[in-house]
Amino acid sequence: MADESKAPQSPESSQPATPGATPASPAAAALPSPAAKPAAAPPPPVQVPLENELTRRYRERFGRAILDAIEDRKQAILIVDIAQFLEIARYSRDTEKFDLLEDYTAVDWPRREKRFDLVAQLYSFPNNVRLRLKTAIGADQTADSLTSVWPVANWLEREIFDLFGIAFQGHPGLKRILLPDEWQGHPLRKDYDILQQDTAWVRENLGIESGQ
Amino acid sequence: MNPALHSVLAFLQGWWVELLCAFLIVALVPLIAGYIVLVERKLMADMQARLGPMRVGPHGLLQPIADALKLLIKEDIIPAEADKLVFWFAPVLSMTAALTALGAVAFGPWFHVARDINIGLLFVVGISALGPFGIVLGGWASNNHYSIIGALRSTAQLISYETTAGFALVSGFLLSGTLRVGAIVEQQRADHAWYAFLAPVGFITYLIASIAETNRAPFDLPEAESELVAGYMTEYSGFRWALYFLGEYANMIVVASVGTTLFLGGWLRPFPSVDWLGWLDALPALLLAAVGVYCLIRAGKQPAQVQKLFMWAVAFACFGVALIFALAAPLAMAPLHIIYPGLYGAFWFLVKVSAYIYVFMWLRFTLPRFRFDQLMRLGWHILIPLALVNILGVGIALALISGLGWNRWLAIAITTTATVIAGLLLIRWNDRHAVAASLAAEASPVEDSYAG
Amino acid sequence: MSIVADTVRDNDLHPTDTLLGADELVLNMGPQHPSTHGVLRVKLKLDGERVIGSECVIGYLHRGVEKIAESRSYQQFAPYVDRMDYVAAVSNGLGYCEAVEKLLMAEAPPRAQVIRTILAELQRIASHLLWLGTHALDIGALTPLFYCMREREEILKIFEKYCGARLTTHAFRIGGLQYDAYDTLEKDVERFCKDFERRIQEYSDLLTGNSIWIGRTRGIGLLNAEDCIALGASGPILRASGVKWDLRKAMPYAAYSQYNFEIPVGTRGDTYDRYLVRLEEMRQSRLICLQAIENIPAGPIMARVGKVLKPPPGEVYHSIEAPKGILGYYILSDGGTQPYRVRIRPPSFINLQALDKMVRGHLVGDVVAIIGTLDIVLGEVDR
Repeated sequence: MADESKAPQSPESSQPATPGATPASPAAAALPSPAAKPAAAPPPPVQVPLENELTRRYRERFGRAILDAIEDRKQAILIVDIAQFLEIARYSRDTEKFDLLEDYTAVDWPRREKRFDLVAQLYSFPNNVRLRLKTAIGADQTADSLTSVWPVANWLEREIFDLFGIAFQGHPGLKRILLPDEWQGHPLRKDYDILQQDTAWVRENLGIESGQ
Repeated sequence: MNPALHSVLAFLQGWWVELLCAFLIVALVPLIAGYIVLVERKLMADMQARLGPMRVGPHGLLQPIADALKLLIKEDIIPAEADKLVFWFAPVLSMTAALTALGAVAFGPWFHVARDINIGLLFVVGISALGPFGIVLGGWASNNHYSIIGALRSTAQLISYETTAGFALVSGFLLSGTLRVGAIVEQQRADHAWYAFLAPVGFITYLIASIAETNRAPFDLPEAESELVAGYMTEYSGFRWALYFLGEYANMIVVASVGTTLFLGGWLRPFPSVDWLGWLDALPALLLAAVGVYCLIRAGKQPAQVQKLFMWAVAFACFGVALIFALAAPLAMAPLHIIYPGLYGAFWFLVKVSAYIYVFMWLRFTLPRFRFDQLMRLGWHILIPLALVNILGVGIALALISGLGWNRWLAIAITTTATVIAGLLLIRWNDRHAVAASLAAEASPVEDSYAG
Repeated sequence: MSIVADTVRDNDLHPTDTLLGADELVLNMGPQHPSTHGVLRVKLKLDGERVIGSECVIGYLHRGVEKIAESRSYQQFAPYVDRMDYVAAVSNGLGYCEAVEKLLMAEAPPRAQVIRTILAELQRIASHLLWLGTHALDIGALTPLFYCMREREEILKIFEKYCGARLTTHAFRIGGLQYDAYDTLEKDVERFCKDFERRIQEYSDLLTGNSIWIGRTRGIGLLNAEDCIALGASGPILRASGVKWDLRKAMPYAAYSQYNFEIPVGTRGDTYDRYLVRLEEMRQSRLICLQAIENIPAGPIMARVGKVLKPPPGEVYHSIEAPKGILGYYILSDGGTQPYRVRIRPPSFINLQALDKMVRGHLVGDVVAIIGTLDIVLGEVDR
C-alpha cells in the first residue's frame, strides 16, 4: 500500500490529529464525553465505564440484568443478560424511545464460554441518540426474536442465523437468507475456513484437487 | 389447347393486375416496414442524444437488410409441446391481415394499391380486425403460460380499441357519406376542409385508438420487456418473430393510411381548392432537389470512397425524381401529365402518412406505459363514451348545416364544444363508480402491519 | 452441525384469503429479469391480478465480504467496500474510511473533509440519476434513461480525472485522501452544477406532470412513517413518508455541518413522492457542491495515521447517509492489523424487506415500479 503517513503536500507546520487525541468530530457521541485528558500523558483508554442518566434508568429498571455499561470511543454500550434481552429491547423502544433498530448482528469469540455476542444498534429519532446493546449467548442457546419489537429484525435475524448459526425463538420464518437453503456450516464463525470448504467442494463435486 | 391451361391463362389475363399488386405488396411492404424500423431507431436515437445504428452501411442504412438476413438464417426453434400447425400459421395470419388491408388503400388518385372497392375503408378496418387472431393463436400455440396471458391481454386491448376506432371512423363517414377511398378524398376537396378540422374529436379519438390498435407505446404493455408477463411473441424467434414484428409495422402503415385518408385529406395538398396556393405543387420537386443538394454537400465530407459514391448516388436519385416531378407539372411536358395527379397525390399522401407515423414514434419515446387496467379503463370508460357522443355531435352538426343552413364552422365549433363537455360529463358520471370501487379495493387488505 | 430450520416450506408466503375462494397463483420473478436491477428473485402470491403476498429470495450476489474483511488489513479492505453498492462507490468508501478513522481516533484534515464532501455529493447525484433512468425505463419511459446517463457521464469523468476510476473508485484513504484535488476540479464541478439545474428541469418536464407517470406512481407502494421506522427503511423512502430526517443534519460527518441545504420531505409515502424527493435531493446536492467548491481550505490531505494501522482494541459503529439510506459500519478491533469483525449495515438489504408490505394489494404490473422505487443494488443487499 502507498505510504499513507506522508501526504504529498503536507507542510511541516500542520498538526494532524495524533492517534491518542480525542477527535472533535460531532459524530455519534451520544452522551457527555469523559473527563479531559492531561497534556502529554499516556493516551487515554478508549473504553471507559459509563454512568449517566440513561444507564441509571436502565439499572433501576433491570438491576442485575445490566451487566456492564461502557463507553467506547464515545459510543454508549450496554452489556446485558440474555435472559432479559427481549424485555430490555421492549423497554428501549417503548420508554426510552429507541424506535429504530439500526443494525443487529453477532460477533464470534470462539474461546469464550458464551461464544457469541449479539449486538443491537439502536437509534432514537426523538432524542437523536444512539445506544448499543450487547449480550453474550452460547452456541447451544436460542435467543428471543426481536421481531415483535422491531419488525426490521426479521431479515437481520435470518442473516445472523445463516452466517452464525444462532437460532431465534419466536421468529416468523427462520431460514437461511444469503446462502442457499441446503448449505452446511455457518461461514462467519471463526472456525469456518473458506479455503477448506472450497477445496472440499471441488473435491466432492468435480473430483479433482483444487489448485488454490 | 388444354382446357385447364386455358382457364389458367384466362384467369391470369383477367387478374394479372391484382396478382402483380399482391406480389408487389408482399415483396415491398416488408422491406418498407424494415426501413420504418430503421427510421424509428434513428429517431429514437436522435431524441435520446445518441446516434443509433451507424455501422451497417453508411449511417446504418443497410441495417434492415442485415437484420433480415440474420433473422432468416437463425435456427428455427419450436417449443416441444407447441401446436406446430398453429404455431406456423399464427404469424402468417397476422402479417396477411395487415398486408391484405393495405390492398384497399389508395395513395394517389389512381394509385390504389389493388382495387378501388366500393366499401373501401370498411374493408380495410374489417380485414385488419383479423390481426388479433394471429396474436391469440400465436400465444396459445406457444404452450407457455405467460404467452397465453400476454396474448389474451393484447387481444383484449386490440378489440376494445377497435371499437373506439370504429366509432371514430363513423363520425368521419357521416361527413363523407361514402366508404370508397377515392370518393372520401374527393369529398374532402369538395368540402374545402380536411375532416380532421370538421370532426376534431373524432380525429383525436382515432389517433389514440390507432396507437392502441398497433400495440405501440404508451399502450405496449403486452409486449413490454420489463413487465412481468412476457408477451405473445416470447417463443417466437428468427423469421417467425420477424413476421410478427413486420406485421405490426405494416399495421402501422395501414392505420396511418386510414387516418390520413379519412381525416387528413388523403392525397390532397394543403388547401387544395385555393388556387393562389398552387405554387405548393412545386414543393415536392423543390424538397427533393434540396435533399439532393444536401447529399452532394455531405458527399464531400465522407471519409471513404464508397460512402462518397453512395451519397452521390442518393443525390442523383433525388434529382432524378425531382426532375420527374417537375416535368410532370401542368406547365411542362404534356405526355407526362397523366402521371401528374398520381405523382403529386402520392407525395402528399406519403408525407401525411409519415407525419402520422412520426407522431406514433414521438409518443413512444416520450410517454411511459399504461398499466393494463388503466389502459382498459381509458378505452372503455373514456374513449368509447366520447366517441359515441361525438357521433351524435357530428350528426347534429350535419343536420344544422344542411337542414337549418347554419354556417359550417359555427356549427362545427358549437357541436364540438358541446361534444367535449357532454363527453366529459358522461365520463365523470360513468367513472365515479369505478373510481370509488378501485379506491375501496386498494384500501382494504393492506391494513395488517408487518408483525410476523 | 447446521440447523436447516424445519420451517422451510415452499409456501411460506403469508397465507391470506383470496377473493372468490379461488386458488392462489405463485408467480416467480426469476433471478434473471430485466427489471429486478440485479439478481433478485421475487416470489409473488397472486389472487388473479392482485398481489397478496411476496417473498424475496436473495443471496445470488453474496460474496462473503464480511468474512474476507477478517483476513485483510484495514487499508486492504477499502477497495472491497466499493463493490457493495457499486453504483455509489464513493459513499461506501466514505463510510468505511470514517469508521476506521473513528476506530483510530484520528480525523481527516479539513481540506480532505471538504473534498470528500464534494465527491460524495457528486456520487449522490450520479446514483440518483441512475435510479431515475432505470426506474423510468421500467415504467416505460424510454428517454429519461439516456438523458440521465449523459449527466452521469459528466460526473464519472470528474471521478476519472480525480482518481482514475469511474465506478469502483476507492477514492478515499483511511486518514484522508491520497490524491489532492486536480487543477480543474473546482471548474469542472462548477460547470457541471451550472448545467445541471436545467437538466433536472428537463427530467421534471418529461415526468413530473405527465398523467401517465402519475397514474403509474401515485398511490403505489404506500409506506407510512410508522412502518418505515418499524421496518428500518431509511433514506429517501423514509423522507418521502414524511419524516424530515437526514443523517447529514442529525449527526453531521465530513464537512456537512458547514453547508446549508434542505431536507426534502414527501407527504404520502408513495412512489411518486419518492420520485419527487430524490429529484429534490439532486438539487440539494448540487447546492452543497456549489457551496463547497467556493471555499476548499488549504492544507494537508492526509492525517498522520501511520503506515501500519493497529487500532486499540474496541469497537465503533459509524453510519453515513448514503444515497440509498443509512449505510453503517460496525468495526471491531482486537489490536491487530486486521479487523476482528466488520459488519456492514446495508441500506438496500433493509429497505428491500419493506417490499412485502408495499406490494400487497397492488397489481402485478406495479411490482416492477415498487422494486424500482426502493432503489436497491444487489451488491449491497447480498454483500
